[in-house]
Amino acid sequence: MPHTQASQDQATGSIPEGVVLWDETIPGGAYWTRVVPRGTTLRVTDVAGAGAGAMLAFNADQPSERYSAPDTTKVQNMIFLTAGLLLLSDMGRVLLSITADTGGHHETLSGGTTPLSTARRYGEGGSYLTRRNARYTNDRDNFVAALGRHGLDQRDIVPNVNLFARVEVTGAGDLRFVPGASRPGAWVDLRAELNVLVAVSATPHVLDPSPEWGPGPLRLTVWESPVPAAPDRCRTRTAEARRAFANTDAYWAQTHPGDTKLVSWGDER
Amino acid sequence: MTVSAVVLDVVHPPGEPWTSVVTAGQRLRLTDLEGTQAVDTLFYDALDPSERYSAADTVRAQGKLFLTTGSVLLSSRDRPMLTVVADTCGRHDTVGGACSAESNTCRFGQHTRHMHNCRDNFLVGLARHGLGKRDLVPNINFFMYVPVTAEGRLDIVDGISKPGDHVELVANRDVLAVISNCPQLNNPCNGWNPTPIGITIYAG
Repeated sequence: MPHTQASQDQATGSIPEGVVLWDETIPGGAYWTRVVPRGTTLRVTDVAGAGAGAMLAFNADQPSERYSAPDTTKVQNMIFLTAGLLLLSDMGRVLLSITADTGGHHETLSGGTTPLSTARRYGEGGSYLTRRNARYTNDRDNFVAALGRHGLDQRDIVPNVNLFARVEVTGAGDLRFVPGASRPGAWVDLRAELNVLVAVSATPHVLDPSPEWGPGPLRLTVWESPVPAAPDRCRTRTAEARRAFANTDAYWAQTHPGDTKLVSWGDER
Repeated sequence: MTVSAVVLDVVHPPGEPWTSVVTAGQRLRLTDLEGTQAVDTLFYDALDPSERYSAADTVRAQGKLFLTTGSVLLSSRDRPMLTVVADTCGRHDTVGGACSAESNTCRFGQHTRHMHNCRDNFLVGLARHGLGKRDLVPNINFFMYVPVTAEGRLDIVDGISKPGDHVELVANRDVLAVISNCPQLNNPCNGWNPTPIGITIYAG
């Protein structure tokens, strides 16, 4: 159960003692997958400032519902994701709310690294044979391996979020990767609005021009976060957000009828 | 372009799905007969539909957001599926995705939930081939204009296609094409008036 004190110190971002459910740092190149329950928050920390964290998200109770980059960007009229914005599913509901963000730059147009993109960028020398567990990995295979743990497969992979990365678009439509958009210790809080199955892959951003294979570690902390207090910025920022949360709350109430605490979210409407 | 035999030539009404296999070497031409009509389109490998069009990989590989002549449509395995070989419109979207009852409720309100939408068309079209929602990935919107500013603002705005504009793609392998001729009435993507398109397949 989430505690009701708004006790997170926004200035330092420190998470109160006693509310951390999971805390793990994965090495660069690795992946992580876990269900983040409604009422908890996933904090992703770019430990070394490597500027990459490919992420997919699903409704854990019904995984055919998944993160939608098109709906996320067109419903919010924004391609950059940061505090106050939502990660929407393809079913008109909110999977994750960005409640706090010291990184500030997260993009969702470029997709993840693939076996081919990795070989082209870093060369062919990245096999397990030559590098053992320092081998070059890629987001596509990491997602297949992560989602496979949940009975999902390549058909469930859609355009992902790239945490800690900024890719701008010129008037002519050219993509421009902005180097150094992150820094060591930058973090983002993603509040789960459903039971959310998350997969994160820590390979370098697919447009990162560095020819050196240099993935950075990610810290993943799941913590019981405060029940949203009125007025909650993510829930009320726009009419579109309110409607997405109305869909989400109605679905939650219908599918979790025994839950009296989390159903009451959204009374500010 | 050399003259080659017409395999198929149809006028396809708005608000309806259309599917067909396009074999390697054949060319698929879509004509916006009356202008400003969004044509939501997906492609699958005809032999292994788990390999399908990937908007993100296509955009990343070409370094450009819009599709036009020269754009290579990549699959989820990073392999060419089709190549755009002619385009009189100039810009086609692959970021905005398809309209759905669900996203319509967020964007326009609950009163739009039961309006016809591209997701319904896609599901009906995919079902003809044993495919379903899991196979519904972000698509191409031919003739739809979705500009993005340097600050990241994205809008679906008035179409820029003129009556008779067309886009033509050559299949690099056998592909299944699934089209929803968009029925959206709540924004300007179809000029507020969905209209028929021409669909032509030329022999290779």
